[in-house]
Amino acid sequence: MITAVPQTDIPRPSLAPRRLSNYFEEGGRTLASWLLTTDHKRIGLLYLYSIIVYFIIAAFAAALIRIELITPAGDLVTSETYNKLFTIHGTLMVWFFLIPSVPAVLGNFVLPLMLGARDVAFPKLNLLSWYLFNLGGLMALYAVAFGGADTGWTFYTPYSSTYSHSHVVTMAAGVFIAGFGSILTGLNFIITIHKMRAPGLTWFRLPLFVWSLYSTSVILVLATPVLAMTLALMSLERIWGLGVFDPKLGGDPVLFQHLFWFYSHPAVYIMILPGMGVVSELIPCFSRKPIFGYHFIAFSSVAIAVLGFLVWGHHMFVSSESIYAGLVFSLLSYLVAVPSAIKVFNWTMTMYRGRIYLSTPFLYALGFIGLFTIGGLTGLFLAALGVDVHVHGTYFIIAHFHYIMVGGMVTAFMGGLHYWWPKITGRLYPENLGRLAALIMFIGFNLTFFPQFVVGYLGMPRRYHSYAPEFQIYNVLSTAGASILGIGYLLPLIYFIWSLKHGRRAPSNPWKATGLEWQTSSPPPKHNFHETPVVTEEPYQYSPVPEQRLIYG
Amino acid sequence: MIIPTKIYFRVWLALLLLLVLTWGLAQVDMGRFNPIAALTIAVLKMLLVILFFMHVRYNKPITWIFVAAGFVWLAIMIDLTLSDYLTRNAVPPTLHHTWQHGAWPAPSKEGP
Ligand SMILES: [Cu+2]
Repeated sequence: MITAVPQTDIPRPSLAPRRLSNYFEEGGRTLASWLLTTDHKRIGLLYLYSIIVYFIIAAFAAALIRIELITPAGDLVTSETYNKLFTIHGTLMVWFFLIPSVPAVLGNFVLPLMLGARDVAFPKLNLLSWYLFNLGGLMALYAVAFGGADTGWTFYTPYSSTYSHSHVVTMAAGVFIAGFGSILTGLNFIITIHKMRAPGLTWFRLPLFVWSLYSTSVILVLATPVLAMTLALMSLERIWGLGVFDPKLGGDPVLFQHLFWFYSHPAVYIMILPGMGVVSELIPCFSRKPIFGYHFIAFSSVAIAVLGFLVWGHHMFVSSESIYAGLVFSLLSYLVAVPSAIKVFNWTMTMYRGRIYLSTPFLYALGFIGLFTIGGLTGLFLAALGVDVHVHGTYFIIAHFHYIMVGGMVTAFMGGLHYWWPKITGRLYPENLGRLAALIMFIGFNLTFFPQFVVGYLGMPRRYHSYAPEFQIYNVLSTAGASILGIGYLLPLIYFIWSLKHGRRAPSNPWKATGLEWQTSSPPPKHNFHETPVVTEEPYQYSPVPEQRLIYG
Repeated sequence: MIIPTKIYFRVWLALLLLLVLTWGLAQVDMGRFNPIAALTIAVLKMLLVILFFMHVRYNKPITWIFVAAGFVWLAIMIDLTLSDYLTRNAVPPTLHHTWQHGAWPAPSKEGP
């Protein structure tokens, strides 16, 4: 491919001729070799390409929403169109971007490498997951192209099952099919972690990213079937009038909310646990210190996964849920704060007296800690029965979960993508542009969503295209922030593509990081390791290194 | 591990038999025992499928743990959902007092 290697001031680790055996070369460069691949690294990249497409469509819907909200009057789009826009945004972002983002892209790529394995346990099943995911995605896009659905991403009954005149069933079918992709990915990861660890890689030598992927996979396997079942029941009621949720047919609409949130609250942890895992990798590496409280962080992932199943009723405090059930769900929701705080304190302690390198991935990790903490603590406001009555259904909720999902998960995803980019592509991204993008994203994000806390607390309801004039200033700020955020996302897209051809070649371990994925070449050969690695030491054995030895682009 | 075909065949016959039994019992009105009978048969069928068709009977303890986890999670879903439905009409004493003195209108007993 490329014959001339750019001259760099960094000495190569070895003088042996550069081996051309990497997963881009091996197995062929044809389209078929990608579409029929069973290589976990290629499948990870296939997921990356797909989620970028869904992200762009969903971000476009968000842009239209933000432009509409610049003025108090509903002047750009009709209320029907507005309903469809936020449904497109929510559905695509949740199921076709956030849920697969870290697990299916970064997880697929690095999990077998971290375990010292040649691939995941079931490589063909892995490819099938990608096809199911995209079959579901295309179905959802078909629904969007032919009129869209207007139920919001939550598909609440009886509106969805009885009254809506939009493509509810097609949209739900898309989510339903993609769900099976999730289940298979979860199964694949669980079995891979149980069965494919390299010799000497005991459970407590696993990188914390693996622990978080394991916890996420458990949620994927145990929760997603409930979503599938619930959406199927809703669709059957819509098509054949099966009386499950519609009171007129003897059903109960709140039952839908119970079943939907039994999946969707744990799904929030599908959308944050893998991000926490990424951050647990970044913090020790760029603080040059072993992680503080390894066991606590590992088990807090498991605790979050388990507790996450016991709190869903906090979404129904004002939906006729009984007071006693509300009390129980409120208390249990508070308990989730414990393992989350354990993680935050342990990351902070890891940095304490470390040798800090303010590299791009580390900036994202820092951003994650701050934004996740704000998102998590405002979650406690919402878990309080009394406060929730006041802020339920307002922009306070919107701000809260965007701090978790965008401020948390997307930030972690960007951090992880920068961190493993040299491993994935064999190229370094431009470091200074990277830092700049991280900063722009942080500023843009806060400007977008912090005003929404305020305007929500003041009482602006979500899901309306017009609002009271006194809320305009907050909405203008928010839209301005969203434009900055957009630049923050566009910039990495541009320099990542640029780096594929023009970036400096990456050595096998540019960050001097521990972990088996850094012991193979960049990009790795098709079967990851030329010989199976043997693990003899504890994870995160970092010590300070002189500045010039970390390699930046 | 290879399981002889005749075991699958017997399990299949047993499932068909239970199906006939379900239909038969549906013809008889047993009052409140209707759901109990139907659910007992359903559980039996489920056990046959899980133990034999899904090979759980022949598997290692770790498989049993994963299967058990599935049921524990199902129990969580049903229990906590019922924690709402079974206490819908229960009113905390203080609130009851408030309603009696007319500060708030009490919710109607009819339900939504
Ligand atoms: Cu929740």
